[in-house]
Amino acid sequence: MAVVAVATLVAASCGSGDSGANARSDVTVFAAASLTAAFTDLGDAFAGVEPDVGIRFSFAGSSELVAQIVEGAPADVFASADLDNMARLVDAGDVAAGAPVVFATNVAEIIVETGNPNGIVGVADLADDDLVVVQCAPQVPCGGYAEQVLANAGLTVAPRSFESSVSGVVAKVTLGEADAGIVYRTDVLEAGEGAAGVAIADEVNVTAEYPIAVTADASNPADAERFIEFVTSDAGQQILERYGFGAP
Amino acid sequence: MRLPLPALLLAGIAVAFFALPLVGLLWRAPWSNAWVYLTDDTALTALRLSLVTSLCATALSIVFGVPLAWLLARVDFPGRGAVRALCLLSMVLPPVVGGVALFFALGRRGVVGQYLDDWFGVTLPFTTAGVVVAQTFVAMPFLVITVEAALRQLDPRLEEASRTLGASRWYTFRRVTLPAIRPALVAGAVLAWARAFGEFGATITFAGNFPGTTQTMPLAVFLSLETNPEEAIVLALVMIAVSFTVLAGLRDRWFGAATQPAGVAS
Amino acid sequence: MTLDARIGLRLGALDLDVELHAEAGEVVALLGPNGAGKSTVLRCLAGLAPVDSGRISIDGVVVDDPADDVFVEPEDRPTGFVFQDYVLFDHLSVLENVAYGVRARGAGRGRARQSANEWLERFDLADHARRRPGALSGGEAQRVALARALATNPRLLLLDEPLAALDAGTRATVRRDLRRHLETFDGMRVVVTHDPVDAHALADRVVVLETGRVVQAGTLAEVTSHPRTRYVADLVGVNLIVGVVLDGVLTTPTGARVVIADAADGSTLATIRPHSVLLTRGDSVASSVRNTWPGTIVDIDRLGERVRLAIDGRLPLTAEITAAALDDLALRAGDRVHASVKATDIEVAPA
Repeated sequence: MAVVAVATLVAASCGSGDSGANARSDVTVFAAASLTAAFTDLGDAFAGVEPDVGIRFSFAGSSELVAQIVEGAPADVFASADLDNMARLVDAGDVAAGAPVVFATNVAEIIVETGNPNGIVGVADLADDDLVVVQCAPQVPCGGYAEQVLANAGLTVAPRSFESSVSGVVAKVTLGEADAGIVYRTDVLEAGEGAAGVAIADEVNVTAEYPIAVTADASNPADAERFIEFVTSDAGQQILERYGFGAP
Repeated sequence: MRLPLPALLLAGIAVAFFALPLVGLLWRAPWSNAWVYLTDDTALTALRLSLVTSLCATALSIVFGVPLAWLLARVDFPGRGAVRALCLLSMVLPPVVGGVALFFALGRRGVVGQYLDDWFGVTLPFTTAGVVVAQTFVAMPFLVITVEAALRQLDPRLEEASRTLGASRWYTFRRVTLPAIRPALVAGAVLAWARAFGEFGATITFAGNFPGTTQTMPLAVFLSLETNPEEAIVLALVMIAVSFTVLAGLRDRWFGAATQPAGVAS
Repeated sequence: MTLDARIGLRLGALDLDVELHAEAGEVVALLGPNGAGKSTVLRCLAGLAPVDSGRISIDGVVVDDPADDVFVEPEDRPTGFVFQDYVLFDHLSVLENVAYGVRARGAGRGRARQSANEWLERFDLADHARRRPGALSGGEAQRVALARALATNPRLLLLDEPLAALDAGTRATVRRDLRRHLETFDGMRVVVTHDPVDAHALADRVVVLETGRVVQAGTLAEVTSHPRTRYVADLVGVNLIVGVVLDGVLTTPTGARVVIADAADGSTLATIRPHSVLLTRGDSVASSVRNTWPGTIVDIDRLGERVRLAIDGRLPLTAEITAAALDDLALRAGDRVHASVKATDIEVAPA
């Protein structure tokens, strides 16, 4: 019996990592992976303005986050990379009353190796069979956008791989395994020296709209609202712009 | 025989621990739509690809892993411990890290990969061969570790007796060593196959994801989780059914030890 | 047809420096305490361990010579090896075990089986052909191991403690059978043993090894009567008397009577250690000792503080007494003495 008791204790203590300080003023933000860098900065800036409120972030693919919130994950705020996922959360009844707000936009961009060795100038070049092109899988938001762009341009592209996330596409290009991929402009900027970007013509490009909302089960809706207000404020918008996001 | 209660209790908890997730899947499975998902092209293609690549990876693991196990067990060379650690490394590496490492070795710009490309026109990333490579990389150590242990436990005099009778090293290996380590070889091959079948991280990183070429079942499950969790559950259950059939179909005696320690007459 | 071996080898704590010869038709016993290197010598002869220095040649063919960079693998040497606990192949039947070497050397399955069957007949194992080694008794397993080694027609047969794995009861019978089978083999035979009775029963010549060196070599008779070291004296220089036991008395072919204490019946082998033999000068003196035989001293061999006397008579014996006792009694070659041994000091075993 002693052994069973010890085993249970061990199991329990292994899991109790972050049940620590859940102060009245903590806000948990679930945000799309493409917002990682920008939102972390926003969090720091927000702390400067409202020092009593602690912000905790969880970054992942938008649909993953939706699934988690529906299953009961403790999120106060949800920021999605596309309208579809926010709509799914609304349908599930997990968004607080009031419409979600679009706080930023993003456009698709072609990512290529530093120095653009293959001389790609536009989407049409991606149809070249000799190029190793990778794309996000259609099941993830950036994949859906990529398909729209290609449809708008009337092109058939044969990618070598459908990556499960934007970071997969970026990684393959920066590692030199792929010649090009379609990601967001913010991703190209984030890659810095590791990659270069080729703009997609406005006529064929798509704009991703990023909505943000307070969740229905938020434990701290008041502070959650304040965070969203900060995001949509001038200060917040400036930070987002720095990372390559467009105005809503 | 009276079984000790604490042991039974702990063992029972362990069984429940393994059974519950499966029960959960079965409970939430969309049985009414299951057939649609099961006969979907994507699912069947992914399953076929998974079976083919995992079997190839297992075969490669045997062909290269058994000699490696023999080397580690029988030949005393300087740095043997380091070599063994190196060969077993992929068991502890996060699979994605393994995939990235494979890029640096066998990718377009890789240490060896660039020559494969330039001289032979062989590329591994984004190909089915690449899937087999990634799976072999993570699966082989399981076979090596099992077979090496068995070889070490073998009475070396069995092989000596064989050689004094006029058998060459290869003949000895075929007719004395292999039969003696057969249970370990079977166990190792099964472990390797199971690891290869379920491999995800290294595959998606190194080989990519393309239906029919590189989209194995685990990848298909992961992606369908994004938009269609019901489909994901069905595909996951298919994987579980296949694995369960293989594991349950293994006879005890294939794993069993001989009735007496090898080489000793009563 | 000879074996010519000079073996120099360092293996762990063992420092081996041995010279060994054997001729066709003779059985050489390699004797020595544990750790002396006997098994290592056998392994070198078989090719299971290469020598550091020296030379081994079988029938004139050099199989190991580090100086000339010659090393013939075990499978290419004309040697047969019988291991201490037989090391039969558990996953093969008795027949397949015996056929193993024949098949390994290239014979087809049919021919190998035929040959194996013949050998099984010869060793009276035909009934066990299909059984697995696990189902055999100790004596049967030993015969299978021997048949397996002989089936390949080796020139040199090596046996490593062939009787050690048997219990005392079966050992005598098996020893007898082994002697019979060895006699039918016309090649060279080297037997390793630590049991002097084995040496007496099986060997023509004896080579004694102690800590890696040969301390004495020669025929059995020579070594028995003139042991050079304490170990050899204790080991080899025992008295072995064969006779028929009836009612607690063993009678030798020459008519000598030996009263024994342990139960025995029929053909029996009695062992008397030299230091158990009491000597009295001249006529016997009445005592509790049941066994007394008259004899004449024919040889005196001093070994440090102990002296060995070879005594001839109806029951020839080797006795061992102290040098002081020798001087006190002023014994010399040619003197008449009575040798006595307590019945309880005599070990018996079925012959």
